[in-house]
Amino acid sequence: MADNVENAVNNVSNDGTEVSRHTETTPSRNEVELNGQPPTTRPPQVLTDSEEDEDEELTLKYGAKHVIMLFIPVTLCMVVVVATIKSVSFYTQKDGQQLIYTPFREDTETVGQRALNSMLNATIMISVIVVMTLVLVVLYKYRCYKVIQGWLFFSNLLLLFFFSFIYLGEVFKTYNVAMDYFTLAVIIWNFGVVGMICIHWKGPLRLQQAYLIMISALMALVFIKYLPEWTAWLILAAISVYDLLAVLCPKGPLRILVETAQERNEPIFPALIYSSTMVWLFNMADSAETGNNSSHPVPQQENQVAMAPTAQPEDDGGFTPAWVNQQQHQLGPMQSTEDSRREIQELPSERPPPVEDDEERGVKLGLGDFIFYSMLVGKASATASGDWNTTIACFVAILIGLCLTLLLLAIFKKALPALPISIAFGLVFYFATDNLVRPFMDQLAVHQFYI
Amino acid sequence: MTLAVFFGCAFIAFGPAFALFVFTIAKDPLRVIILIAGAFFWLLSLLLSSLVWFIAIKASNSQDLTLQRGLLIFGVFFSVLLQEVFRFTYYRLLRKATEGLAAITDDDGSAISVRQMAYVAGLGFGIMSGAFSMINVLSDSLGPGTVGIFGDSQYYFITADMPSSKIFRRVKTNLKSSSLIQKMRALMTLALTLLHTFWGVLFFEGCEKSCWWVIAAVVSLHLLVAGLSLLNPLYEGSLPPVYGITLLMGVWAFFSSGGSLHSLNALCTRRKAEGESS
Repeated sequence: MADNVENAVNNVSNDGTEVSRHTETTPSRNEVELNGQPPTTRPPQVLTDSEEDEDEELTLKYGAKHVIMLFIPVTLCMVVVVATIKSVSFYTQKDGQQLIYTPFREDTETVGQRALNSMLNATIMISVIVVMTLVLVVLYKYRCYKVIQGWLFFSNLLLLFFFSFIYLGEVFKTYNVAMDYFTLAVIIWNFGVVGMICIHWKGPLRLQQAYLIMISALMALVFIKYLPEWTAWLILAAISVYDLLAVLCPKGPLRILVETAQERNEPIFPALIYSSTMVWLFNMADSAETGNNSSHPVPQQENQVAMAPTAQPEDDGGFTPAWVNQQQHQLGPMQSTEDSRREIQELPSERPPPVEDDEERGVKLGLGDFIFYSMLVGKASATASGDWNTTIACFVAILIGLCLTLLLLAIFKKALPALPISIAFGLVFYFATDNLVRPFMDQLAVHQFYI
Repeated sequence: MTLAVFFGCAFIAFGPAFALFVFTIAKDPLRVIILIAGAFFWLLSLLLSSLVWFIAIKASNSQDLTLQRGLLIFGVFFSVLLQEVFRFTYYRLLRKATEGLAAITDDDGSAISVRQMAYVAGLGFGIMSGAFSMINVLSDSLGPGTVGIFGDSQYYFITADMPSSKIFRRVKTNLKSSSLIQKMRALMTLALTLLHTFWGVLFFEGCEKSCWWVIAAVVSLHLLVAGLSLLNPLYEGSLPPVYGITLLMGVWAFFSSGGSLHSLNALCTRRKAEGESS
């Protein structure tokens, strides 16, 4: 996930810099294409310096836009999860069922026993994740693409049909909507088939993104429901640490995967990655509709320019065949996220160098990041006694973590994990807000003091 | 009934802030980032001040109610001071990042100015402050514990897995959240949101020009507003002065950020001219 972000943006920037380094006039041409305006006043400097500076500026230039392009889908996913948690009680009910990767129960008598059980659960889960990652790396290294793709296809099938069926059923139960099986079958069938087509083959980018967000939200809801309290928090913390190690250590599996893909110069299953190019276009379209065309000639141009890359992923086989398949595979036994995470983490999308008129490649974020962010915020809204304050605090913390991660990416220009900073902030703010801020705000509210 | 209260209070408290966001901030990614970072800094200040208050509470006798109230008042003023400290920290951070930010924005000269950053940062503070004071009340006004749901109310008090603190809080809030109090709360929240915005502008302006008296005035006015809120629930004593201060701050911020009667006049006459010509 994180890898995907970093590598994807990295690849964006690196490809851009490479392209612009090839010819002298490219930077200015890039600027023309980017801004729709003649190259602005950039005094001619030493060629290499100016090229490098301009390359850096080009990279940084899109930093703010990239951040927003990721803010919006992450926010949407969180909103879906929080709305579901708040309204559909099914996902907060503990009916005693747990995933088989977390066999130890937390309803023990002593706190020490509970702590021990949750640590064992987290350990088992993380080791399963590590094992699955290694399996996938091995499969990838030995070019067993069919195996991986079939697996992902099956996982996606289960997710899009089975889990959304359950979700829809619970929503209908909550709102007391009478529904017959025939209508339900038609709805689920259409939803699932369109989802499979969008994700595995071709489809409108916005629809693809919507399906990816829905899928991430569904997975996050599954985790919120089936992971016991302390286990969930420990898993979040452990996953962040693992993400950090796996991406940054020279022998980390994710790093090996990325390097293998780079050696082979092929895209690594762009199935588990959310690409946000079209989201940005969507925003621009809105602004166009509100009649601000005159002030934004740039976006119009960039709209057209950015259309090019969106076709590519579809030619590459869609965004999330891998992820969806994995999800479905996991959904069967209702177990690991590890698989999806592994897939997700292992799929920094390696794109071929951009077409010449293709400046804006958009940003990509792994779906596992979506899942864990939403899981944190969903858990905050489900179980925090500070309720909405805690939810809002975690939401802001995660967004700021994402912003910082992208900033670090722009500065260091190498693969960085997206999970650690956001999850760290999220966890700190969750526990701090729930335990420190909530009593303070409650007391203020009782006395009606305002700060 | 409660739905009307919910929408009324929500729009009172968040309407202007939402409008400001939609019209001035939503289209520029950089401003959105600065807004959210501003919210984050306010959150940090709240966190630290709650930590201090919590430690003080734990160290003191929990039975002594006047002491508790005194500690709470201390917490209020300490929180106000900490908010201003974090506002200053945010100012320093933004100044340091100005060169980097200038590189991030498009090179057609739309780099964000310090005044714009001041406004956005202030609005970020205000929105977060408003959200924290209002959202829980709003969700309570919709019904027990959940937003927009018609089921589960029969499990409201009986449910076994609701922590007792939550039940207690629900009882407390239901007892005290009459719609009048909610409306007052919404009005106060609106005032505070606007005040934070204006204070942001003035504070940054003061820091830019090294006018320390401006900064001192902002801090003391914030303390004054917090102090006025100590008069609650006598809202007659707190709301009108606070709104007076809000108007004053608005006018001051307008003139401080370069507005003038002339520009206002030009705005009106230009509107009229456009209206006549079209």
